[in-house]
Amino acid sequence: MRRSPLSNADAGLLIKDAAKLLPDPSRRLFLRNTASLGALALLTGCDIVDGPSSEKALRVVSHFNDWVQARLFNPNRLAETYPESAITRPFPFNAYYPEEAAPDVDEDRFKLVLDGLIARKEPWTLEQLYALPQETQITRLVCVEGWSAIGKWTGARLSEFLRRIGADTSAKYVHFACAEGYSVSIDMPTALHAQTQMTFRFDDQILPTKFGFPMRIRMPTKLGFKNPKHVIGLAVLNTYTGGYWEDRGYNWFSGL
Amino acid sequence: MSGAAEPGTVAPTAADRPVHPLYVRVTHWINALAVLTMLGSGWQIYNASPLFAFTFPSGITLGGWLAGGLLWHFAAMWVLIANGLVYVTLGLATGRFRERLLPIRPGELVRDLGAALTGRLRHDDLARYNAVQKLLYAGILLTGLVIVASGLAIWKPVQLRELAVLFGGYEGARLVHFFAMVAIVLFLVLHVVMALIVPKSLRAMIRGR
Repeated sequence: MRRSPLSNADAGLLIKDAAKLLPDPSRRLFLRNTASLGALALLTGCDIVDGPSSEKALRVVSHFNDWVQARLFNPNRLAETYPESAITRPFPFNAYYPEEAAPDVDEDRFKLVLDGLIARKEPWTLEQLYALPQETQITRLVCVEGWSAIGKWTGARLSEFLRRIGADTSAKYVHFACAEGYSVSIDMPTALHAQTQMTFRFDDQILPTKFGFPMRIRMPTKLGFKNPKHVIGLAVLNTYTGGYWEDRGYNWFSGL
Repeated sequence: MSGAAEPGTVAPTAADRPVHPLYVRVTHWINALAVLTMLGSGWQIYNASPLFAFTFPSGITLGGWLAGGLLWHFAAMWVLIANGLVYVTLGLATGRFRERLLPIRPGELVRDLGAALTGRLRHDDLARYNAVQKLLYAGILLTGLVIVASGLAIWKPVQLRELAVLFGGYEGARLVHFFAMVAIVLFLVLHVVMALIVPKSLRAMIRGR
């Protein structure tokens, strides 16, 4: 059920140290060994607070929260847009790798690979992507860590691209694969949202490497980690594929 | 203390009625657990991007790291909200809030605060709150409302934008959420200290009387 066919789309471009940012690279049980809140541990027994059973229960609630958020999501509601003067400069860099480890994608070799429930699966070159009608948004990026910053992103509506490639928009998910091995999947209603953008420019410049060259998917209706950088593959699917951080415990829907 | 001040008004039923009906005791302890979970996990989340020049010691945070903290926070919130709705609904419907918390008179507040600070405040009748108690209990109810509303604004600044605007937007809501937490922690410390000073109040919250 995990990992789309795209994960191996371009083995040469893929995989940095995937687990770098995790507090403990080996942890699948992300709550293990977290001595915490003595009073609660006393009242409930440590097993329930820190063990696999609590992780399982918390994941069930997280899935319930996905469901709640999907129902709260209004496809016609736009995220607030801001004037130029509100833009955060310098805009913070944030990823699970240090800035200098951001992948260098060769723009001449780059092709956006398409897979899944799509009628026309020919890969797209950067030139073809740049030719799509583009628009600019100045919106707030909210990080799962809590901080936020306002930036200016320019690109094409993902919904327009999905229409052009003949994607089955009644499918449940759109999955993105990234050059450095990152991946993320989103719900179709968010993929079709008017502000969900295939971003090619940041702050009027060609998207710099650190912010996801050549293409980032920008969604002001989702937390920052749901906005993948260095996207090299897109799949339309009915199977759940999770994502890099989602597999490690972050809530999947993570809508704003 | 005020039971002694107005002996004539003590209702004949006061002896039969528990100080705290069952629903109050049950919701109180569920709330206590939910609040501790929200605090521990909230501090974990805070530490991922501190608003101020300090972080919470990891020994008092819940979840191990950010994702664990978030999972706990967004699970316990349902318990907190559902339990809070039961408590507030019954508190309003039974007239308990009105009976116990109102009126709050400035004169009595000054008098009772003075008595409290000089250790002369009496707690003979646990069912009758002094003016300081009334103010604190009414205040913590309002604070609960603020922390839930600001939390929802942080969670859904786009879908619940109108709510976020009330707090000055997303970043404003973060600040409000933080200071409401501070207010709750201060209340909690005082609340526990008072329960230790007047142990029969703790007993009443367990057994009802």
